[in-house]
Amino acid sequence: MARAATTADAFNAVAELRRRQILDALAGGERAVNDLVRLLGLAQPQVSKHLRVLREVGVVDVRNEGRQRLYRLNGHALKPIHDWVKNYERSWTERFVELDAVLEELKQKEAGDDGND
Amino acid sequence: MTAMTSGTATVTLPTDDQILITREFDAPKHLVYKAFTTPELVKRWWSAKRGEVTIAEIDLQVGGTWRYVAVTTEGGFEVGFHGEYREIVPNERIVSTEIYEGLPEGVSDEEGGTVNTATFTEVDGRTTLTILVQAPSKETRDAIIDSGMEAGMQDAMDLLEEVAISLR
Repeated sequence: MARAATTADAFNAVAELRRRQILDALAGGERAVNDLVRLLGLAQPQVSKHLRVLREVGVVDVRNEGRQRLYRLNGHALKPIHDWVKNYERSWTERFVELDAVLEELKQKEAGDDGND
Repeated sequence: MTAMTSGTATVTLPTDDQILITREFDAPKHLVYKAFTTPELVKRWWSAKRGEVTIAEIDLQVGGTWRYVAVTTEGGFEVGFHGEYREIVPNERIVSTEIYEGLPEGVSDEEGGTVNTATFTEVDGRTTLTILVQAPSKETRDAIIDSGMEAGMQDAMDLLEEVAISLR
């Protein structure tokens, strides 16, 4: 499955180490920006910059609660990446299903040979 | 990873330039090895149901070459791979190079080729086959998984393990 090379898609969003760290942190649940600043040991403007990229591609959602802005992971936006690897996996799975059939035949043949000895 | 899901190949990305394919088979390893290294048998599984293997040449010795060609059912495209055997331990391990014959213009065999290590491990009559694909670069690794893809994605599988749960 070919995908268009754009700067604003989930693939590019997760290509950056810090952004993956943010997603890892959010995988554990919703967090405020200050939490992320503390967890990543980055300056707040940098964290905000990464969060903006992640929001633009829909990988994270944000909501306001009082004075806090809370970020959470949106797993569905990461589905294309999941599918990207799954497609490759599927082709090997299909190949191995055929190999199963070959092996079954080899096993029977070997069992038959033993019986004839 | 347990053997519970033996029907599915498991693909992980251990490093930026590797792909690891794992699958368990309900057969002893000498038979899996045989099916993996015998041309007439390779012809029966290598293209899955996506096409017909028209050529399967195997010169199973260190320095010997191999070549597989399949014609896809849809579109009738010819897809060829070839390489050289670097290490052979019968029923245990095969190390070989693999070069896709449709590499884009300007991409050398060194840039586009991989070194694949197939390992056969038997426990209680069942065999786990692992194929470690070592690409020369992350770019090539990504291209193998998606030929239309430019550089960009790094190993996100650990994250995806978690995310996959949220997709259910």
